[in-house]
Amino acid sequence: MTRPTGRPGPSRRAVLKGGAAMAGAAAFPAPFVHAQDPVTLRYLSTAVNQSPAIAAKASEELGINIEYIAVNTDEVARRVITQPNSFDLVDTEYFALPNLVPSGNMKGMDANRIDRIGDLASVIASGTVEGEAVGWDGTAPHEVLYLEDQMGTSFAGAPTDWITLIPTTYNADTLGIRPDLIDKDITSWASLLDPDFAGKSAILNIPSIGIMDAAMALEARGDITYGDKGNMTREEIDFTIEKLIEAKRAGQFRAFWSNFQESVNLMASGEVVIQSMWSPAVTAVRTQGIPCIYQPLAEGYRAWASGFGLPRTIDGRKEDAAYEFINWFLSGWAGAHLSKQGYYPAVLETAKQYMEPYEWAYWYEGEAAAEDIYAPDGRLLEEAGAVRDGGSYVERMGSVACWNAVMDENQYMVRKWNEFIAA
Amino acid sequence: MSDAADTIAETRGNRVSARPRRASRREGHGAAPYLQAAPMALVFLVFFLLPLAATIVVSFWQYTQYSIEPAFTAQNYGDVFRGCLADLPDLCTTFVTYLSTLKFGVIVWACTLTLGFTIAYFLAFHVRTLKVQVIFFLLCTIPFWTSIVIRMISWIPLLGRNGLINQTLISMGVIDTPLEGLLYSDFAVVLALTHLYTLFMVVPIFNSLMRIDRSLIEAARDAGASDLQTLVSVIIPLARPGMLIGSIFVTTVVLGDFLTIGIMGGQQIASVGKVIQTQMQFLQFPLAAANAVILLLAVLAGVWALLKLVDIRKEL
Repeated sequence: MTRPTGRPGPSRRAVLKGGAAMAGAAAFPAPFVHAQDPVTLRYLSTAVNQSPAIAAKASEELGINIEYIAVNTDEVARRVITQPNSFDLVDTEYFALPNLVPSGNMKGMDANRIDRIGDLASVIASGTVEGEAVGWDGTAPHEVLYLEDQMGTSFAGAPTDWITLIPTTYNADTLGIRPDLIDKDITSWASLLDPDFAGKSAILNIPSIGIMDAAMALEARGDITYGDKGNMTREEIDFTIEKLIEAKRAGQFRAFWSNFQESVNLMASGEVVIQSMWSPAVTAVRTQGIPCIYQPLAEGYRAWASGFGLPRTIDGRKEDAAYEFINWFLSGWAGAHLSKQGYYPAVLETAKQYMEPYEWAYWYEGEAAAEDIYAPDGRLLEEAGAVRDGGSYVERMGSVACWNAVMDENQYMVRKWNEFIAA
Repeated sequence: MSDAADTIAETRGNRVSARPRRASRREGHGAAPYLQAAPMALVFLVFFLLPLAATIVVSFWQYTQYSIEPAFTAQNYGDVFRGCLADLPDLCTTFVTYLSTLKFGVIVWACTLTLGFTIAYFLAFHVRTLKVQVIFFLLCTIPFWTSIVIRMISWIPLLGRNGLINQTLISMGVIDTPLEGLLYSDFAVVLALTHLYTLFMVVPIFNSLMRIDRSLIEAARDAGASDLQTLVSVIIPLARPGMLIGSIFVTTVVLGDFLTIGIMGGQQIASVGKVIQTQMQFLQFPLAAANAVILLLAVLAGVWALLKLVDIRKEL
C-alpha cells in the first residue's frame, strides 16, 4: 500500500518514516485529486430547518453533499458574525439581518443567478398578499431583502440585484391552546394574560420574540397602542415590562420556554393550556394524540421568515454549487416537502406541482382534507375531513400583524427583560 | 473541642510533618517533578488561564449590536450595577439575581451536607465490606447516568400538575386540588440540585470518615461518651475537611448553575448564569464577560470565606 513497505526488508524506523510521510501527504492532498470530488456545502441553521430527506434528495439529483451544522437560533447569528468561514450556506431568519449585514460577513446573492427570483411569494418580496399589504411592524422581510451592492452593509430601499436571503420557509405564529382544558372561546391575544388562565399560560423566554407576544396581548387588552411593536421606544418597553412583571407576580405564568421541545412538553403534559407556540410544535402535541389547536386570533399573527444567505468568504465551485442548490430548492420538491410539515415555501407554484391536489387543498386553500393527511415521514397528521387551523394561505398570511424583529433599543430591551425574569 | 480531638490533631501533625522530610530527600532530582506537573499545568494554562484572561480583557471592551471593539471602559461594569445605588431601598436586578442564587446556594448546601454526611456515615461505619461500599457508591452516582434532557422531561410526569405525586395524594384523599408548587418553583429547584449534587458531599466526607482511627471511637466510648457525644465531639470535627471540600464543590457549582434553575424553575427564576446566557444570545459579549468576572469574584470570595473556617492544608 505504501512505498516504504514495498521495499525489500524495510527496517522498523523506515516504516515509521514512511508512515509520517503518508500522514503528511494525506493532510495536504494534491488539488487535482480534490477537484474530482463532489462539492460539500456546509449548511448552517437551526435543527428545525434541517431535513435529512432534503439533503438526501439534493445529493441524489445534484450530486452535491449537504453537511448540516445544527446550532440554536442565537448561535447561527454568532457564527455568521464571528466565523464566516465555518460554513458555506446559512439558513437564518430575516429579523437577524439588521445584526448580520452591518458586520460585512454576508455576501449579497446575485438575483440574475436565481432562476425563480420573479416568482418569490409576494408576502416576502413586497409585504403583500393578493395585492393587500399585511402588517409590517417589526422586521418585515421585504424591508431587508435587498442590499445596495454585493458586499453592501446597508439595506436598499428599492429592489436591486443583490439579495440578502432567499426564503426557505416562513409561517405565521399564534397561540396554541388545549381545547379539552379550556371551556371558553379564545379569540384574542389578550387571553394570554386572562386571569382565568393564571398559572396555566406560558410565553417564550427569547426576549425579542417574547416581548412581541406580550405586546400583542397588551394591545389587544387595550392597555396601550404601540407605534411599532417590533421597534418599541424606551417608554413602550418600560410599560410592557412593567405589565409583564405585574402578571408574573400575580402568578399568571406557569413557565417560560426557550426551545421547541419545552413548549411541546408544557402543552402535552397539561402544565400549560395556552401559550404562544410554533406550528410544528402544535403538530408534535397532536401526534401524541392530545388535542391542541393553533388558534387564529382577531389581532392577527406574528410572522417569521427564514432564508438562505451566503458568507463573505464563499467563492469558486462552492459558490456555484450554492446557487445550484438554491435553484433546486426553489424548484418544487423541497417546497412540497416543507409544505407537508406546515411551513410555507418561497415559491408556491412549483411546490404545488409536487403535491397531490387534496394535499394542496388542505394545506393552502383551507379546505377539508379529502383524504388522510400524512407528514413526509409517513406519520398520520390529520384524518380525512380535518381543516387546517387558521384556514387558507391567504387567510393566514394575509392576517399577519407583525414580524419577528430586533429592535433599535435591543440592548435596553434585553436589560429590562432580565429585570422581568429576576422580578 | 474535646481532648480526644486535640490528641488526634497532634498525631496528625506528626504524620504531616513526616512528609516534608521525605520530600526534601527527593529535591535533588531536579526536573522530574516539574515534568510530572507539566501536562496538567499546560491544560490549565491553555484551557483555563488564557480564556479567563481573554474574558477579563473583553469585559472592558465596547460593543454594538453586531461588533465588539477593543477599548478600555468600565461602562460594562457600570451597566451591571446600574441603579443599584440610585434605586435603594429597592434592589437592582443584579442584587436580586445574586440574592436569589445565594439563597439556593445556602439551602442546597444545607440539604446536601445533611444528606451527604448521613449517607457517608452509613457507608463508612455501617457497611462492613468494601464490595458493598462500592456498590452503594455506584448507586449514589445514578443521577449522573442520565442526561439533563432526560431528567428535564422525567421530572414533569413525577412532579407535574397531573403527575404521579399529585395523583397519588389526590387518590389518597390528602388534597383536593393538585399542588402547583411541586414543579416550576423554588422547591423544584432545590430538589433537583440536591438530587444532583449530594454525591459531591458524600465522596469527600466518606473519605474523611474512613481516615478516622477506629480506636479513637472506642476510646470515646470507653471514656463514657454517648453515641451523640462521640458523633459531635469526635467524628464531626474529624470529618470537617471532607465537609469543607464538599461544601466548596456544591456552593461553587450551584452559584454557576443556570440549566437546572432554569428548567426546574420554569425559567421564571433568575440566575446569574441565565443573565450571562441571555446577554451572549444578543451578542453583548463584553457585558456578559463583565458579569462573568463579577460572578467569579463572588464565588472566589465564598471559597475564601469557607477556607477561613478550616485550614485545609493542615487538615489534609
